[in-house]
Amino acid sequence: MLYLSTISWLQEGPFALYRWNSLKEDLPLFFHAFLYTIGISLGALALAFVLGIFFGILSATKNKGAVFLSRIYVEFFQNTPLLIQIFFIYYGLPLINIVLPVYLIGILCVGIYHGAYIAEVVRSGIGSVPRGQSEAAASQGFSYWETMFYVVLPQAWRMMLPPLTNQLVNLIKNTSTIAIISGADIMFTANSWSSMNLNYVPAFAFAGILYFILCFPLAKWARHMEEKNKKAYSR
Amino acid sequence: MIQMEGVNKYFGDHHVLKNISLTIEEGEKVVIIGPSGSGKSTLIRCINGLETITDGLITIQDIDVTKKEAPIRNIREKVAMVFQNFNLYAHKTILENLTLAPIKVKGIKKAEAEKTGMEYLERVGLADKAAAYPAQLSGGQQQRVAIARALNMHPEVILFDEPTSALDPEMIQEVLDVMIDLSKINITMIVVTHEMGFARTVADKVIFMDDGAIVETGTPEHFFTSTENQRAKDFLSKIIHH
Ligand SMILES: Nc1ncnc2c1ncn2[C@@H]1O[C@H](COP(=O)(O)OP(=O)(O)OP(=O)(O)O)[C@@H](O)[C@H]1O
Ligand SMILES: [Mg+2]
Repeated sequence: MLYLSTISWLQEGPFALYRWNSLKEDLPLFFHAFLYTIGISLGALALAFVLGIFFGILSATKNKGAVFLSRIYVEFFQNTPLLIQIFFIYYGLPLINIVLPVYLIGILCVGIYHGAYIAEVVRSGIGSVPRGQSEAAASQGFSYWETMFYVVLPQAWRMMLPPLTNQLVNLIKNTSTIAIISGADIMFTANSWSSMNLNYVPAFAFAGILYFILCFPLAKWARHMEEKNKKAYSR
Repeated sequence: MIQMEGVNKYFGDHHVLKNISLTIEEGEKVVIIGPSGSGKSTLIRCINGLETITDGLITIQDIDVTKKEAPIRNIREKVAMVFQNFNLYAHKTILENLTLAPIKVKGIKKAEAEKTGMEYLERVGLADKAAAYPAQLSGGQQQRVAIARALNMHPEVILFDEPTSALDPEMIQEVLDVMIDLSKINITMIVVTHEMGFARTVADKVIFMDDGAIVETGTPEHFFTSTENQRAKDFLSKIIHH
């Protein structure tokens, strides 16, 4: 009885073997989606870094206007859903006659969103470097930005690396939101492919594995760096 | 060389520098003494623009330091500073500590900056540490490197803010020796310190500050033998007998 039911479970229903076989046949489709997700992630990461470093440094200045500006950026993008930001751009920009390709919208939205988080990481990283370091640089004639780039950020970097890597992991996972506006990423591919042939289980299981392959090594590395830092500072 | 006229400085409501006027000649060695909180650090930090003043005038070689559009970079190329806590760049080697600002701020060629850097490390007796990192050095060694770093900017003035007070007693003399050696060249030195032996050996002029004001100015001899000022007397008796 048990034996029979196992057989039928493999032959029909959502977990049936033939569904996995058809996934194997359409593997190139998923491979393409995998690259697309990596591409979007890299683009968004670059943008998030530029914005995050810029606004992170701004918020560490003594200039009230600069601090206020970066607070607005950080609070606004951290406290509204990424999905709304994507819809807003996707439907809003065409109204003023700007039509962007979906991948660019993905890069922009995910990049700006995570830039806000990275700005906070940069701000607290800067705060962890003793004040005497920037005073010494100032006394030698370095400007504020030079002080940041030559003296403060290189030292903050070690502190920032683990939280930055965690941000990267979240960023990769969050690129999946562009599936909703039909970006050809892993999530969208899994969804559209399986809605044609009803192979939902293999599709999303495999999509999950693909994200895992990208994210797990990064998360692992972040934890390793964190441990290393603990040791470095207890010296 | 350096002129201060009617300088006042407030931190909020706190009147930290009170109507300071003083003149320092080129090559002069000036020691500033006074009780904790009397404004010594604030005074010398105003000279290179690390603090802004509330009113008054500070000029260095007739350049007005206090103006908004003051060429602060030029001023800091001329006026180097040595801090109580050394503040060596923790992520750079000793030699890189000496060459970073000369290369990036003054635009000196790397090879040249390294050559003079090694000469100054030689002078403070630490040439063999060129490739080490600050954390690998003792406090006294770090402070000697900090002095060499200041020198490698080829400054005309060096400000010292209690350069030996963060050091273990056995390391104080090695730093003072470097400073005494330095005093033989024609460089202007302004030193906040409680090392009276050093003041006696090196200072052309001692300034006593109390509660944000300059209370008395004179030669070291005058201070240690014939000052009439009661607060200066009290202060000196405290630091000399402890
Ligand atoms: N950034 C600041 N904000 C507010 N008050 C300050 C600041 N820096 C210094 N002060 C105050 O200004 C006064 C003078 O400080 P300063 O550091 O110049 O004294 P000092 O003579 O160098 O003392 P010490 O011998 O302890 O170093 C002190 O009362 C101090 O509390
Ligand atoms: Mg002080």
